[in-house]
Amino acid sequence: MKISIDKGLCKGCGICLSICPKNVYGFSANRNSYGSSMPEAVSESECIGCSLCERMCPDAAINVEEEQKCG
Amino acid sequence: MNRLMERYLRLDALPTLFCAGCGNGIIQYAAISAIENLGIRKDTALVSGIGCSSWIPCYLNMDVMHTTHGRALAFAQGLKLARPGKKVIVFTGDGDCLAIGGNHLLHACKRNIDITVILVNNHIYGMTGGQKSPATPENAVTKTSPFGAYDEPMQGAEIAMSLGATYVARWTAAHPVQLQKSIEAGIKHKGFSLIEVISQCPTQSGKSVYGNKDPAFIINYLKQNSFIYKEGMEEPSGRIKCGILLHDNDKPEYIERMENKTEQYRKRL
Ligand SMILES: Cc1ncc(C[n+]2csc(CCOP(=O)(O)OP(=O)(O)O)c2C)c(N)n1
Ligand code: SF4
Ligand SMILES: [Mg+2]
Repeated sequence: MKISIDKGLCKGCGICLSICPKNVYGFSANRNSYGSSMPEAVSESECIGCSLCERMCPDAAINVEEEQKCG
Repeated sequence: MNRLMERYLRLDALPTLFCAGCGNGIIQYAAISAIENLGIRKDTALVSGIGCSSWIPCYLNMDVMHTTHGRALAFAQGLKLARPGKKVIVFTGDGDCLAIGGNHLLHACKRNIDITVILVNNHIYGMTGGQKSPATPENAVTKTSPFGAYDEPMQGAEIAMSLGATYVARWTAAHPVQLQKSIEAGIKHKGFSLIEVISQCPTQSGKSVYGNKDPAFIINYLKQNSFIYKEGMEEPSGRIKCGILLHDNDKPEYIERMENKTEQYRKRL
């Protein structure tokens, strides 16, 4: 799975960190445009694609997609 | 950015004015995914009143009417009567729907007019700074109940059932999948549907109701302190009753009745 988090939309609320059943997210040193700490998909390979974080992100900042396979 | 939301949101209006972790965005996603799933974007009109929750549809690239405080249901009924072919969805807050708009709720439910209402119950007036609403739980200290609220909170879903609504469900912001399904069922249902969503206002009810402003804490609280109602079950006390509470397909719908009546009258002429 490919997880992307939009820096301009994320407000750093921390919901994704707490609801992911696979604990994919952790806070990173990165800051979003608001200046608060941004989550990072530290264990992206654990993602099962349940899309709960997409649904629960109040700011449409998260996209989870099947990884494009080349060749 | 989320690919689904990207196709619906007015990108020039982003980011939303909602506070970090506000439940409004979660409800917005559930509504959009319901509309997308049913393929009704072009046939839908969204109506809202005043309040933070009433801003949910205003960020969407769709037909939207942002009206006056408490009057969303009055405008929505007028719209439905003028354009019966449109699916009309109303976004309204606990203050908007149960306080100033209570009378409109009464009449819309009684008529069983084919409208779908998403009642965002965050237990407080979020937009104006945290005043008590009719849905504020007992003992909650708010700006206008400094010694704690001392009246019983209004239950939006149960009130709608008692007034004649024919599809009624309740979920929390921690039930996004079930919420989407209920919104779809409410839109498909021919009659008055009300879906109450217990939502978090981390800024105001975080302080007044949960004693914790962390959105993740409130989401966990809602998950742990709710139960899904099944007919005939013994209900645990003190927990939020979720689920489809009523689905009645027998009661005739208002516009249908009106058309029958005019037809009968024409025949007599
Ligand atoms: C006629 C009128 N009275 C009062 C107000 C002030 N006002 C704006 S929003 C609001 C309460 C909103 O509460 P709710 O519907 O629960 O929405 P929330 O912000 O909590 O989502 C009030 C009283 C107004 N805009 N218009
Ligand atoms: S005040 Fe409350 S309801 Fe309004 S945007 Fe902030 S968190 Fe949401
Ligand atoms: Mg409110």
